[in-house]
Amino acid sequence: MTTTQANDAIATDDQKLAQLKEFIAQTQKDEHPDSFLIAVLHKAQELYSYLPVPVMDEIAQEMAIPTAHIWGVATFYHYFNLTPPGQHVISICLGTACYVRGAAQILQTLRDELKIDMGQVTPDGLFSLQPARCLGACGLAPVVMIDDKIHGELTPKKMIQILNQYRKQAKK
Amino acid sequence: MTKERELAVATTYRIIVCDGTTCINRGSRNLISRLREQLERHGLADRSTISLSGCLGMCDKGPILVVNPGYTIYGNVTEADIPEIVEEHLLHNRPVARLAIQEDHLYNRFFRVFGDAKFFGKQMRITLRNCGIIDPENIDNYLSLRGYEALARVLTDMTPESVVAEVEASGLRGRGGAGFPTGMKWKFTAAQKATPKYVICNADEGDPGAFMDRSAIEGDPHTVVEGMAIGGYAVGASKGIVYIRAEYPLAIKRITKAIEDARAHGLLGENILGSSFSFDIEIRLGAGAFVCGEETALIHSIEGTRGMPRPRPPYPSVQGLFGLPTVINNVETWANIPVIILDGAKWFQTVGTETSKGTKVFALAGKVVNTGLIEVPMGTSLREIIYDVGGGIPGGKKFKAVQTGGPSGGCLPEQYLDTPIDYESLAKAGSIMGSGGMIVIDEDSCMVDIAKFFLEFTQNESCGKCTPCREGTKRMLEILTRITEGKGRAGDIEKLERLGNMIKKASLCGLGQSAPNPVLSTIKNFREEYEEHIHQGRCRARVCTNLVTYQITEKCVGCGACRKVCPVVAISGTAKKQHVIDQDKCVKCGMCFNTCKFDAIVKV
Ligand SMILES: Cc1cc2nc3c(=O)[nH]c(=O)nc-3n(C[C@H](O)[C@H](O)[C@H](O)COP(=O)(O)O)c2cc1C
Ligand code: SF4
Ligand code: SF4
Ligand code: FES
Ligand code: FES
Repeated sequence: MTTTQANDAIATDDQKLAQLKEFIAQTQKDEHPDSFLIAVLHKAQELYSYLPVPVMDEIAQEMAIPTAHIWGVATFYHYFNLTPPGQHVISICLGTACYVRGAAQILQTLRDELKIDMGQVTPDGLFSLQPARCLGACGLAPVVMIDDKIHGELTPKKMIQILNQYRKQAKK
Repeated sequence: MTKERELAVATTYRIIVCDGTTCINRGSRNLISRLREQLERHGLADRSTISLSGCLGMCDKGPILVVNPGYTIYGNVTEADIPEIVEEHLLHNRPVARLAIQEDHLYNRFFRVFGDAKFFGKQMRITLRNCGIIDPENIDNYLSLRGYEALARVLTDMTPESVVAEVEASGLRGRGGAGFPTGMKWKFTAAQKATPKYVICNADEGDPGAFMDRSAIEGDPHTVVEGMAIGGYAVGASKGIVYIRAEYPLAIKRITKAIEDARAHGLLGENILGSSFSFDIEIRLGAGAFVCGEETALIHSIEGTRGMPRPRPPYPSVQGLFGLPTVINNVETWANIPVIILDGAKWFQTVGTETSKGTKVFALAGKVVNTGLIEVPMGTSLREIIYDVGGGIPGGKKFKAVQTGGPSGGCLPEQYLDTPIDYESLAKAGSIMGSGGMIVIDEDSCMVDIAKFFLEFTQNESCGKCTPCREGTKRMLEILTRITEGKGRAGDIEKLERLGNMIKKASLCGLGQSAPNPVLSTIKNFREEYEEHIHQGRCRARVCTNLVTYQITEKCVGCGACRKVCPVVAISGTAKKQHVIDQDKCVKCGMCFNTCKFDAIVKV
């Protein structure tokens, strides 16, 4: 699927769009409606797993804010994805505790294994890689979170085993 | 201990299961159904309660169970241990010694609440007083431990001025890092005429190795809600906002529920407890930008724009959110407020040092035996924290440094271990109190690499508004990178110092002003490591890849595993004979080192 086709598919997903519009309508009743932009972007990302351009256009229209401003905000904050993430999102903790316990090696292992860098998606679309800052599980450092699950006390070997489990599952 | 607390703690059989992030990940939730099943089986179900709690601070021993009667803390509990605990402990009143974390009976100050684990001995839990004891999602639990009593007292017996005066008299200083006197901040906002006014709870927790605020909210969200309501009354604000990191879903869920429950009980909303005071709280999510922890950037973020700082004055207390007077305090600062009201400024003053009153929460982590959340009185020494509470360095390794203040702070070596924790002493030693990250570093870490780690973080998080911060940190990072790659030049250390001091002076906000600190403090305290890298091409911790060589020792059994993984075919040797690495070909990827099952490959 090309990007334009993907974008068209998104724009025509009426159900999600209706949900988003309803959320926006709620916020517009407030005294400071524009202040809800970040909350709206969170909602959009929750629905679409990233922020597609047509969706940002919709937001611009509904909130009467220029698209350029929305784009500026969306790019400023690391939390927002502007491209679709992989099927499994790997967040590697680069917090201090994880770092002193060997997160750099785990990151190297992930780079070697997946052959992608931070913020990228593997060609098969299975994994994407992003940094995290302290997942609050320092007792298990170094840790990696895949989707919602935390994997701790990692070694390069253990990391590879975990990736293989996800790969095996995907084949099924 | 208060009567209320004793009552609440003394139900017939009360089993507390830690529902903090680390324990959940170690399988605490699987224990619950097993517990239920076993209690049923022995007919104990109707006399027992199982409750969940926030982090107890002993995460490395998770999952944690606290079993009453007996106040016994069990660690590393698996599902298979549950039948034994129920049968032995509950049925026969014989605590299971094998799983109990009981170390030293001298340390029994918290016995009634926390059992006799040594971990709690030097601690004093004021802001975390309920963490690990109450179910954070149950408002009745909080109410039974004098919850919202401080708010009720304030609304019935105290004028806003007297609340501000009490907080000022307590000597409480901001726990978000800078240590600004809270009472004074409130006084400025209270004096403003413009309305509406706002109070904000800063739960953006930016330090990338810290989880104090997250655990505090996960473990006892009502304390923060109550503190904010009291603050709102004191300064005349009608609206509160919690600005919290989107990366903290559990904390968000719990603070949201706390706000809803408080509202349902008439503790938030119109005419609270029948008074003329109306106040409500709203939640706003951050979106992963460290600089948004800075108060003016945070305000921009709540307003829905890019979170860039602006010059102060005007301070937020005068012109804050939407241009209106705003008090911004850290989570932990807010959590102190109900206690100050209940027990009085006079009592609060007795805890801590001359200039720093009360306690401080730290997220203790890194190379230390007990990692987790701790709360100690100000004035406790770093040594007591690391060795008595933290249990020292694991694996017989040697202590090298302790890092406080995260990317704005510094690394202190052994000779500073007796420094008491307070704002001034830590600053004098060359670090800062910071928001509570405390990372212990042992001989396996390279100090140049650590400095580079922090600078990479701040350089990446610089909002780009000021040139010294944006470009200066880039230059510094280049120099550090070349030093760690073995390409350092004479004069690099001096250049780092010059650049660092320039950035500190010329940046607009605290991010730029403090970004060079990790570098400057490691140069000050570990200069010889920088010099070794530059002049001898040596990294004593063997961390900087370019400066280590891999060698195969006589432990080699000739299995050939390393030869197969080497991407550049640098390893040769015949089966069952010691292999060798061709140093000219080796690209130092470390694959062979990680592969060898016989520890035959060493870094030198
Ligand atoms: C770059 C930067 C990041 C900050 N991050 C935080 C933070 O994560 N949490 C926090 O409470 N304060 C943070 N602060 C401090 C806030 O600007 C502000 O001083 C604080 O929230 C005031 O609350 P307090 O007086 O209760 O400490 C940060 C400051 C700077 C310059
Ligand atoms: S010092 Fe850095 S982070 Fe702060 S305003 Fe300037 S560029 Fe932005
Ligand atoms: S470190 Fe890498 S390149 Fe060097 S010998 Fe080992 S596997 Fe080969
Ligand atoms: S630093 Fe990685 S979980 Fe805290
Ligand atoms: S999460 Fe259970 S003790 Fe910290």
